Amino acid sequence: MSIVLLSILKSLALIILLLTGFAYLTYYERKLLARFHVRRGPNRAGPFGLLQPIADAVKAIFKEEIVPGHVDKLIYIVAPALSLIPALVIFAVIPIAPDLRLGGFTLQFHVADINVGLLYLAAIASVATYGIILGGWSSNNNYALLGSLRTAAQMISYELPFGLLLAAIILTTNIGREAGTLSLIEILNQPRPWWLWLWLWLAFPMFFITMLAESNRSPFDLPETENELIAGFQVEYGGIKFALFFMAEYISMITGSAIMATLFFGGWRGPFADPGTWYGPIVGFGWFFLKVVALLFVYIWVRASVPRIRYDQLLQFCWKVLTPLSIGYLVLTALIVVFVG
Amino acid sequence: MPLLFAALALIALVGAAGVLLSRNPVYSALSLLLNFVAFAVMYVMLSAQFLGVVQIIVYAGAIVVLFLFVVMLIGGNLPALGRGRRAYVRAAGVILAALFLLALLFGLARPLPNGLAAVGAPDGGSVQALGLALYVDHIVPFELASILLLTAMLGGIVLARRYQAPPKD
Repeated sequence: MSIVLLSILKSLALIILLLTGFAYLTYYERKLLARFHVRRGPNRAGPFGLLQPIADAVKAIFKEEIVPGHVDKLIYIVAPALSLIPALVIFAVIPIAPDLRLGGFTLQFHVADINVGLLYLAAIASVATYGIILGGWSSNNNYALLGSLRTAAQMISYELPFGLLLAAIILTTNIGREAGTLSLIEILNQPRPWWLWLWLWLAFPMFFITMLAESNRSPFDLPETENELIAGFQVEYGGIKFALFFMAEYISMITGSAIMATLFFGGWRGPFADPGTWYGPIVGFGWFFLKVVALLFVYIWVRASVPRIRYDQLLQFCWKVLTPLSIGYLVLTALIVVFVG
Repeated sequence: MPLLFAALALIALVGAAGVLLSRNPVYSALSLLLNFVAFAVMYVMLSAQFLGVVQIIVYAGAIVVLFLFVVMLIGGNLPALGRGRRAYVRAAGVILAALFLLALLFGLARPLPNGLAAVGAPDGGSVQALGLALYVDHIVPFELASILLLTAMLGGIVLARRYQAPPKD
């Protein structure tokens, strides 16, 4: 029973961490965008505008709840939650710090070590579409419907290179051992030779592009293009329900960065992050946090510097450039595993 | 465990009934999703995690999304759906359902095939066991099935492709 209790406590801590992370990610993004635009950004609420996210949260919560008369009520209300839940639960398999050992007690800093962890990522990412598709459909609005149709096509298309690259990473866990693994925790614990790191980093730009598309971030924010679809799938949403969609997007940025930090940059590993020591988990979490923040910077950097692409370009790029490239990468990885590993 | 199974079975049945009884095709698709997810959880309970996750990736993540895509493209509200059907369509439905029920009963009445114990073993549904079964023991039927799927895919592409006149200049 205590295992269940511990998991519940861990999940709660994780959710609080992620929601706080979301709030300050919006602040981080606004400040950074302001730097890119040569302006100051939020600076009124509290010192350096640090209380701005809290003010925004209070505003979203206390806004009047409006359910338009022409919507499909049940799905309209469920959709924002459906888009937020996948972004939160994906974090369950990501180790955020090395184990803490106190006497005979070991505290692990992940909620679940599933032996099909990497496929769990793919599974949750593939159901993350529903919130946006259903939100757009239930709004009973042409702009919203167009937005959700775009989401359906975009996310299904980009899941293909995403899955192929994941398969390539799974293959590399075979190098130098009898059987590979699908568990993120074991992948992190496997030592990798230096040439394998270089080879994996070759896939990182492609993987990053698929993550951008999966979380509907600029330049792939076609589902909400405000200049042609006036906000796409979320046009009929306001108040806290809009905030939930907003949260889902930002938390999926955080989880995306955490996945990339774990797969490509060694997660919590770094100098002084020694498992089994009392300071290991603190330093390990510090490294993990730094890596995630650095990757989030790239997300925002891309948003500030790359214009949104056209919808047909988006799909053509996926099917004619990214998918063939990732198939090629998968084949080459297989050859490397067979002949070198 | 039996209690959990009963709850999941109930959810799966509610989903299946919802597919048939909903007037709105979007609700039908969502009921189907509920059914698939209940089955995925059952696979995980039978220690076939790989199958459970693949069930989510393939059915919940791709097929139902495509259903929704098509339903949205042709319009979600079809008032004519389910009405004005010809009598022979209904008769064909009843006959097919009866045949399916017969096949199901026939399958249930027979003794269980050999080798099921290996599948039910704690590691029987793991990725390693499944990989060995598919890629070592039964490689030829597996590859034949993949060729069949490839053929179907090529057929789909040929059917969907329109003839394009070559550019004039």
